[in-house]
Amino acid sequence: MAAGAASGGSATTDTYKEARNWLLLPSWAVLGIFVLAPVCMMLVYSFLTKEFRGGVIWEPSLAAYDQFFFDRGLFGDEPAKIEWTYITIFWRSIWQAGAATLLSLVIGFPTAYFIATRPERVRPFWVFLITIPYWVNLLIRTVSMKFLLRDQGPLNDFLIGTGLIDSPIHIVNTNFAVQLGLFYSYLPFMVLPIYAAVERYNFSLSEAAADLYAPKWVTLRRIVLPAIKPGVIAGCILVFVPSMGSFLAPDLLGGAKNFMIGSLIEEQFKGNAGNWPFGAAASMILLTMVLIILLIFARQQSKAENAGS
Amino acid sequence: MATVNNDIKTYKGFRAITLLCLLVLYAPLVIVTIYSFNASASITNWEGLSFRWYADVFTGPESDKFKVAAFNSFTIAIMAATASTTIATLAATAMVRGGKFKLRTVSFGLISLPLMVPEIVTAVATLIFFNSIGFTRGYLTILVAHIAFCIPFAYLPISARMQGIEDSFEQAAMDLYATKRQAFTKVLMPLMAPGIISGFLLAFIVSLDDFIITNFVKGAGVETLPTAIFGSVKQGIKPNIMAISTMLLSFSIVMVTISYFVSKSDNTK
Repeated sequence: MAAGAASGGSATTDTYKEARNWLLLPSWAVLGIFVLAPVCMMLVYSFLTKEFRGGVIWEPSLAAYDQFFFDRGLFGDEPAKIEWTYITIFWRSIWQAGAATLLSLVIGFPTAYFIATRPERVRPFWVFLITIPYWVNLLIRTVSMKFLLRDQGPLNDFLIGTGLIDSPIHIVNTNFAVQLGLFYSYLPFMVLPIYAAVERYNFSLSEAAADLYAPKWVTLRRIVLPAIKPGVIAGCILVFVPSMGSFLAPDLLGGAKNFMIGSLIEEQFKGNAGNWPFGAAASMILLTMVLIILLIFARQQSKAENAGS
Repeated sequence: MATVNNDIKTYKGFRAITLLCLLVLYAPLVIVTIYSFNASASITNWEGLSFRWYADVFTGPESDKFKVAAFNSFTIAIMAATASTTIATLAATAMVRGGKFKLRTVSFGLISLPLMVPEIVTAVATLIFFNSIGFTRGYLTILVAHIAFCIPFAYLPISARMQGIEDSFEQAAMDLYATKRQAFTKVLMPLMAPGIISGFLLAFIVSLDDFIITNFVKGAGVETLPTAIFGSVKQGIKPNIMAISTMLLSFSIVMVTISYFVSKSDNTK
């Protein structure tokens, strides 16, 4: 899918040139009004004053960002110290997303490579097998994972039954369970770009390396990996970015101790206890981080393309 | 390119990791499917095969809630997929058949915006937007939000398909005095059918599956299947949830399989 979008531009014709603006108008309108405008509105809300029963009062204020970064004591009159609570939650999210990305890479890279080296005829079928679970409801997949991993769940039953362990391993409500859930959520995003890159890779290079007596693992590291690097980086970003802001995996598999950004944001909009400007500010900080990552990535990709041509 | 010896290409252990990967991906789904047929009221003990929990979904104490949620989910998914596929088809025609133009990159950025912005951020933004214009949250707000975020999912297969169709078909039609509109509706659209169907099905599944954005914009009292399931799961996983999950996951898999075979079929030859 991503490949089709990326290769846009090469095959354009101008058959419908005159109608172009009319054809684009509906998508501009819908996405402009219901995605772009809301994000701008969210930026505005993050600088407003909170209303105690949810919602906002239209008075400009920096309170939301102040609360995020600074601790001024219970009554707000102490000298400002750095507030670590929310920074810790963001840091944990980055760390968890990073671990999930690494896990996806370790499993996803060999998988993608294996599929790309199958006979051409059967490759689409392998890709299909990998992508099917992605289209199953994320909530259902996460619940299934929890069902499988829980203390009295089938996995522990199986391990105890085979005599490998005596008492159940506690997996649910640990960091690892969240990482596993994130891995399960976004694995195809890792496999597909790497697969596309390995498929384009010219294997005569590997053959040349073998002719020069390079051991196979050296060939993989020094010849194959550099050639498919853009695919690997794309895969890592496509897993990392949604993992960072995910809600279901940390909420269902992580428990209260493993709070991540998604849950922090969600809490601000639930019922009357929330703080809308603070939730909007936390969302803005998350969005800014994601956009910076995507920008660096886009710049590197275009650099790599220029170097390649 | 000369064929390269398979010995050089393949690595030991990669097949095993691939199989492990498939095991991790499918094991939870298979196990929930198996346990949904469990006769026991406890989710831990196995007491034999039964359709008890499937019957419970349709007639049990929670069945009214599920029926309303299923109605909301499916009607929203059908309408959102229809609208977003139409919008995406028009946009793809402009992007692929509209020549080079200044706003092309901007338009592509706008179309892929829902894919780049983290879902929770889109959810917060949409909630704030509806709140700021004083729009009451409910069925309609879910529908509108779904139409917007389904557009890129419909767009990708549709534009990929259109790039694969040479414009010589339309040119030939126009040489034979077909108007542009006729070339579009009578020549390009029929050729586009597999891409459009596949885009529609993906948009449909994405809408049906969405939890996070729906959870934010749904308002009190309006539930879709995912939000109803989430509400139940918060009190613990129950057998009827596994039955309803199995039905939903089978449905998604069937739809994706249809989409896969439709998009593979080639009617341009």
